[in-house]
Amino acid sequence: MINVVNLEKHFGKNQVLRGINTEINKGDVVCVIGPSGSGKSTFLRCLNMLEKPTGGQIIFEGDDLTDKHIDLNAHRQKMGMVFQQFNLFPHMTILGNLTAAPVMLKKMTKAQAQEKALELLTRVGLADRAKDYPGQLSGGQQQRVAIVRALCMEPDVMLFDEPTSALDPEMVGEVLDVMKELAREGMTMVVVTHEMGFAREVSNRVLFLDEGVIAEEGTPDEIFNHPQSERLQSFLAKVL
Amino acid sequence: MSFIDKFIYIFVEKGWYKMMLGGLKNTVIITLIALAIGVAIGTVIAVIKYFSDSNVIVRVLGWVCDIYVTVVRGVLVVVLLLIFFFIIFATSRNGVMVAALTFGINSGAYMAELIRSGLNAVPNGQMEAGRSLGLSKLQTMRKIILPQAIRYILPAIGNELIALLKETSVAGYVAVIDLTRAGNLVRNNTYDAIVPLTLVAAVYLVMVILLTWLLKLFERMLSNDKRRKS
Repeated sequence: MINVVNLEKHFGKNQVLRGINTEINKGDVVCVIGPSGSGKSTFLRCLNMLEKPTGGQIIFEGDDLTDKHIDLNAHRQKMGMVFQQFNLFPHMTILGNLTAAPVMLKKMTKAQAQEKALELLTRVGLADRAKDYPGQLSGGQQQRVAIVRALCMEPDVMLFDEPTSALDPEMVGEVLDVMKELAREGMTMVVVTHEMGFAREVSNRVLFLDEGVIAEEGTPDEIFNHPQSERLQSFLAKVL
Repeated sequence: MSFIDKFIYIFVEKGWYKMMLGGLKNTVIITLIALAIGVAIGTVIAVIKYFSDSNVIVRVLGWVCDIYVTVVRGVLVVVLLLIFFFIIFATSRNGVMVAALTFGINSGAYMAELIRSGLNAVPNGQMEAGRSLGLSKLQTMRKIILPQAIRYILPAIGNELIALLKETSVAGYVAVIDLTRAGNLVRNNTYDAIVPLTLVAAVYLVMVILLTWLLKLFERMLSNDKRRKS
């Protein structure tokens, strides 16, 4: 589904990604872990071109997203993204947040979009907040809404950029539960996370990024129980 | 004669109230049209500047905007008005429209900065969220960024409107009879300075107080809004 070929990213003289090669297949739940500054978030943001790579290619469903002439907006509709800071639209109701993009992009009529939004909201237990504004919700609720907002576009893949890092500890669980259910339903997911428990339990593949390269990758069992490289071993010793 | 007797004599008995009303009307027309032009120009420039790092065409447009802002802010408005009236629109007889256009173009340069700082006050994540859903830059700007930026921009535009209202008094330089010029003409014709000039001052003062009050009301409405970011 997504093919990452030799991905590089410089910020000025600072090279953050130094040639990343990997493949995300349909139904994969890939967790990206690594120390801060290792390029995890930059890697994820390159996947939907929020960050423009300075080298390499991102092949999404057969199309090279780094091609200058590609219709990025059309491809982004198929890649949902969830941010660390939620980034809900504070001037719109929850329902407005969920229906804005599908309606504006003529993917659905307003009625269809609202029906879909309410159905998804019900599943994350927030249907009664549809008329509220984001500022009236807790962080965990806002993040669940943000996940639903991305799902309303019916994406083929969901990208999560540290979705629980800005939450109070007691709200982490409710967001992870929603993500677990998504994974169970077969959604393709790429998750940058510090939640090792989630990575171990839910993912089928873990990428360990360090200094801009994939230093090690494998199944959760391989990564967490039999780490090969010294860097991964010392990283795990610190976070587990 | 007391002040009030004189007032009644000049404006009612001699009929000079018509000139004052005409002047007030021109002042209001010039101010409102200039405001509309200024906001329109300012918004276009602010949006271009907001996106100026996205591609070459926008960047070149950005430079053009920079030149416009530099020139307009550097040339004082009276000179700008004289140039517009006696050179660029020398054949036009509609002084009010020329004045409105001049003040609009002048105010656009200042509006651009106000609006741009409003756009920049909206967190970057909002643009990213819009783009990640597949919205184009302009769609995100229109539906996500601008509606949020307006709460930062409106108070500043209100201040600019008050400045603009007072600034239009230089329209008298080019034979437009605005409120100031009207008062001065009455002074000239009646040999009385106190009454017409006091009236002019009072009318400006009332208008500014009214605008300030509206502005405060408006700001209070915005800050009581439950959509405020938590």
